[in-house]
Amino acid sequence: MKNAISDALIITKRQILQLARVPEVLIFSTIQPVMFVLLFRYVFGGSISTDQPGGYVQLLMPGIFVQTVAFTLAATASGLAEDMGKGLIDRFRSLPISRSALVVGRTLGDSLLNILVLAVMGIAGFVVGWRPTSGLPKVMLGFLFLLLFGYALSWTGIFVGLSARDARVVQNVSFIITFPMTFLSNAFAPTTGMPRPLQYVAEWNPVSTMVAACRQLFGLENQFGATAGSFPSEHPLVMSLIYMVIIMVIFVPLSVRKYKNSSK
Amino acid sequence: MKSVIAEHLIKTYRNGEVRALDDLSLDVEEGTVLSVLGPNGAGKTTTVRILATLLSPDSGNATVGGIDVIKHPEKVREIIGLSGQYAAVDETLTGWDNLVMFGRLYHLGKQASINRANELLERFSLTDSARRPIKTYSGGMRRRLDLAASLIVRPKVLFLDEPTTGLDPRGRQEMWGVIEELVKDGVTLLLTTQYLEEADQLADEIAVIDHGKVIARGTSDVLKKQVGGERLEVVVESAHIKTTMEIVAKVSGDKVSLDEALRQISAPVSTGATALIEVLRALDVAGIHPLDVGLKRPSLDDVFMSLTGHVAEEVVAAPEAGRKKGRK
Repeated sequence: MKNAISDALIITKRQILQLARVPEVLIFSTIQPVMFVLLFRYVFGGSISTDQPGGYVQLLMPGIFVQTVAFTLAATASGLAEDMGKGLIDRFRSLPISRSALVVGRTLGDSLLNILVLAVMGIAGFVVGWRPTSGLPKVMLGFLFLLLFGYALSWTGIFVGLSARDARVVQNVSFIITFPMTFLSNAFAPTTGMPRPLQYVAEWNPVSTMVAACRQLFGLENQFGATAGSFPSEHPLVMSLIYMVIIMVIFVPLSVRKYKNSSK
Repeated sequence: MKSVIAEHLIKTYRNGEVRALDDLSLDVEEGTVLSVLGPNGAGKTTTVRILATLLSPDSGNATVGGIDVIKHPEKVREIIGLSGQYAAVDETLTGWDNLVMFGRLYHLGKQASINRANELLERFSLTDSARRPIKTYSGGMRRRLDLAASLIVRPKVLFLDEPTTGLDPRGRQEMWGVIEELVKDGVTLLLTTQYLEEADQLADEIAVIDHGKVIARGTSDVLKKQVGGERLEVVVESAHIKTTMEIVAKVSGDKVSLDEALRQISAPVSTGATALIEVLRALDVAGIHPLDVGLKRPSLDDVFMSLTGHVAEEVVAAPEAGRKKGRK
């Protein structure tokens, strides 16, 4: 067990080293979300009317935070698929290390990257007018929720990465999962404008729940469309945790099993 | 003592459609080198992957260092090293980073990992490039680093899967030098290759495999004898090929082969120089002047030809299923 943890941490360290050796990866993975902040703030911000004090950017930031951590799925999946393609996974599997070390290490590494990205985005948000009003402890709790959500989705990414045959397919599959997931939600616009059936989907979408939870933790009232009065929109904090547990309960065993059998 | 034993391994893909291994058995004596020789798709990589615990056979048994690879894969992993076309290193990291990381994963401890990394880099003449990312390495350097990574804990048994495939002649020579050094140190080595020359150069024993089966095994000399000793080769003008083939066939009494591009006719002969004279006389009588004529000791190419009925290089990727990138 002790070895399992230290093995996983060595794999995590490998990802940090990679970032140190190729800093461009880090630069571009932070530029992209910052770009989203600026685009949404200034392109859509003007045309989406809200009576939110402090303006659209207050509602937008939680949405963009959640979107960014949701993309962890793609990052984990393609990183793993690349290792598979290059044969690195075979090397790891021929070593006397615990079977879970590689996948645990990678999910941790991707979460570490999330910390950095979220910090940079938070600063960018602050620059363009984002001002959470709930006080530091609650804001930090919000970020903790975001990291946990990213970590849970990272396990989904492991499964996707191990399931596909090719790194390019993985990219596409991850996008097909994460794009509708993040846009069919209350992240950027009120769900009330959607057709009725889609509203229900958006209402129960874990991304909406996460966004609602973050908004609550950042001190916002407006949930951007809690029309259906559903359980997730009424209890976003509890429901977010439930969603994370569900994702982990499904995908951790699935991914570990897939990894163990990945060569059989 | 046998360091590696594989018995009746069977591995099929796509629900039995493709038989990658078809009752394959082999063994390697401790401290010796066995070369598994065969064309693409013969089952070389599948064999190595099973012995290195990356893949389970459908049936059959295998032990490495006396340990069952199916029952105790985790124990096998402690005593083996694997390097080859599909066991790679992290290209974004430096050579040093990689070796230290693998050292840590072998639970060597931090300082011991660093020391071992430096030692291996020195040994494989990579010290100067130790701090450069692997992707800047030449093919030969990359393979040497890959090999170094598999030697971190001084494995008892080393598996090298096509260690020189894709290298230029210089890279190949360097790699051979490195492998010969290892063999001197007494490691048990199972090496796969599609190069007959490589098997001849490095191995104590050769197992020729084709379509997932061992079709012949023995030392290079034994295999060559199996083909029937020397071969007679005659090169003539295109117009005389047919007659010459008849003459050679009569003297040889064996299968005559023709390389049309070279206009070279060849056949195994058992009587050496006498056969040469007979052929020359008969050609003279027929009024044919050979452009070139000679006796040749058989190469492993000939061995392969006579065992399988086809030339090694001609078989391009038969069932590729067993060799898909990274996963099965």
